[in-house]
Amino acid sequence: MLASAHYETLHHLQGLSQNSYNFLWGKSARNSKVSTLKLIKLSNSGDGRRLRLRFGPGRKMLKNETNPHFSKTTRLPRKRFYRARAHSNPLSDSHFPVPISPCHVDYSLHYPQLFPSSDQTVHSKKIQFADIGCGFGGLLISLSTLFPDTLMIGMELRDKVTEYVKERILALRVENPGQYQNVSVVRTNSMKYIPNYFEKGQLSKMFFLFPDPHFKEKNHRRRVISPHLLDEYAYALCTGGIIYTITDVEELGEWMKACLEGHPMFEALRDEELEADPVVKLLSSATEEGQKVARNGGQTFQAVYRRVVPSL
Amino acid sequence: MEDGEQNKELEVAPALIAVHPTQDSVAVAVGSDLRVFNLKTGCPVQLVDDTAEPFHRDSIRAVCYGSNGKLLVTAGDDKLVKIWHTDGWSCICTVLSEKRVSAVAISNDGLFISFADKFGVVWVVDLDGFHDHQSLASKKAVPILAHYCSIITSLEFSPDGRFIISADRDFKIRVTVFPKETSDGAHEIQSFCLGHTEFVSCLAFVWDSDNPDGLLVSGSGDSTVRLWDITSGSLLDTCEVGAEAGSQGFQLSNGKEDECCPAITDLCAIPICSLVAVVIQGLSGVVLLSCNLSDKTLSITQVISIKGEAFIPTSMGTSSSSDELWMVAGVSSLQGSNSNSLARVKAISGFIKMKPDSGEVVATVLEDKDIPGGMQLLEKLQGSAEIKEEVVLAAAETLKTAMRNLLIKKQYSVEKREFRKRGRNDRKTKH
Ligand SMILES: C[S@@+](CC[C@H](N)C(=O)[O-])C[C@H]1O[C@@H](n2cnc3c(N)ncnc32)[C@H](O)[C@@H]1O
Repeated sequence: MLASAHYETLHHLQGLSQNSYNFLWGKSARNSKVSTLKLIKLSNSGDGRRLRLRFGPGRKMLKNETNPHFSKTTRLPRKRFYRARAHSNPLSDSHFPVPISPCHVDYSLHYPQLFPSSDQTVHSKKIQFADIGCGFGGLLISLSTLFPDTLMIGMELRDKVTEYVKERILALRVENPGQYQNVSVVRTNSMKYIPNYFEKGQLSKMFFLFPDPHFKEKNHRRRVISPHLLDEYAYALCTGGIIYTITDVEELGEWMKACLEGHPMFEALRDEELEADPVVKLLSSATEEGQKVARNGGQTFQAVYRRVVPSL
Repeated sequence: MEDGEQNKELEVAPALIAVHPTQDSVAVAVGSDLRVFNLKTGCPVQLVDDTAEPFHRDSIRAVCYGSNGKLLVTAGDDKLVKIWHTDGWSCICTVLSEKRVSAVAISNDGLFISFADKFGVVWVVDLDGFHDHQSLASKKAVPILAHYCSIITSLEFSPDGRFIISADRDFKIRVTVFPKETSDGAHEIQSFCLGHTEFVSCLAFVWDSDNPDGLLVSGSGDSTVRLWDITSGSLLDTCEVGAEAGSQGFQLSNGKEDECCPAITDLCAIPICSLVAVVIQGLSGVVLLSCNLSDKTLSITQVISIKGEAFIPTSMGTSSSSDELWMVAGVSSLQGSNSNSLARVKAISGFIKMKPDSGEVVATVLEDKDIPGGMQLLEKLQGSAEIKEEVVLAAAETLKTAMRNLLIKKQYSVEKREFRKRGRNDRKTKH
């Protein structure tokens, strides 16, 4: 089964979640509308800082019918789950605040040990790696210790997942004093707000690991790699910066490669360069999605490109 | 689908006005109706449209003259982009857009027309051929850049022609290098001008002979006008127009809840004097900002209020050389009114003359009979020689609602999209 379906299932379940619950899927029963799911409870241990994962019982549920976001009678979304905020916070998009510009990103919230004060708007050091659609954060965790002097951030659209990654990072910081101070996560829509987070040429690496496939032709414009969005990624990346993509969906793999290949500001890494880059090995192994694909013996398709100056 | 919904909420289209670069003619669009008055002959213009899709069938959202004055482009909700020749006033080409069109611009060399659609995609039509009097019948647009899922509210070429600037509803202004070969797309982003905290509604360049590259000004739903360096994207100055005009004692006859920050709905650079005319919601008149190009500052110099009549302009226009600022107030359709396509047109004159002591211009609102073109012009452009004040007031009210919807809609959009996505994928996973 493909990544997208799992994520859709997850989307359905978010309504069940009350604060401390986060969900990971178990198996999806094919050809039936019943999915088996596992609940994972995140709880705080005695000292209030440590994170423990506890597995709840498997649960059977009918899709849609038991989704509390939807009314049982009308099958329409219940208003209270879809209420729009009165427009008060000027830069909020439904739920999440968006920094007005990169100098409004509060580094002291993300990297408190490195940036103790929040008054700084000119940062001595800037975020250099961005994991777009970071999911549960596996890649960031690996990169954090591999590049301890580099600031990195995950961007994730779903707030429950973002919360999970936050908790995960906080727990790692407590367990490993001095480590994981360079990694953080933010809830945002990367398709809209990359320029609000990163200045021109600020990033040296961008990751797009196992992005949602959006199969239908008319939904291709929702894909997180597209010819037009690559313009923004080329803007955020410095010359020589690298964009890493991987997927288990062959069609998407070809699409991402074709988009990058056709873009005048990207050039493929040569085989020996891929060989020499320690990050390439992480693409298929470091994230939750990658591990799942590996467990199921699935094939992966990667495209790794360098940001170049367009030839005139 | 999304398109249709957006339309319902933004159904009301403000009346628009555009002025020929040497003031040979003035064009007004109200709903689907395009009206042109020829100031040289003093006669209303009879438009000729023999293209496959004659005339507009739905609200016109953008009207724009090319800087050499040879072309007028109109486009809007009927997904048609029409190119009119200002010589014989015939439509020489109708370009079909896939989506509703929200903004248009013509490059300064007159070689390209650019338009933006409701999905945030900017397209370019290459006018090559027009100048050798070939047929433009089969002109096709190519997409060059996109703002992801955000309506583009304004498009401008930089005075030197190097950049195309696009503003959107997500507070963003994007400066893109205009490509040599448009069919390859416009991939090189020069900068983003970020600082507005609400939708950006309008863009203009202020320039003079000493500063031919000029500076970009933008107006926004956040009630400010901002001055930008487009090369770096840096914010040079912010003018809190709403708050300052309010504190200078000008009555903003606005709804209570947004009295503090009435949206800037249009701005217009007046080339002969480095002034920027600004329209804010609820103000019967225009605010004049002076832009100091060497100090890179922007400040309110004067408010020209329109007395004796409520007149809240929906759009402004001016030529590059003459002394008049033209304004129109009106909307495409007024609920419960049969005066559907009426709009009020006014002009302000006297920008060249300065009061020696205060530095204020002695610009005055012209009486109807003193307007260039006189009553004949008004009859043509307004739809009637006289317009009742109620019509103008109702137009302002309707437009305010439309503007508020522009604000609110974007707060729904993500959830709505998520919900829809879910709905669709349900169906997908079943088989
Ligand atoms: C299939 S998952 C892969 C997650 C992770 N990269 C991994 O390999 O395990 C794709 C993720 O992208 C996120 N996503 C989708 N669209 C996004 C957007 N526009 N902005 C940020 N995140 C997005 C989804 O919420 C989801 O968590």
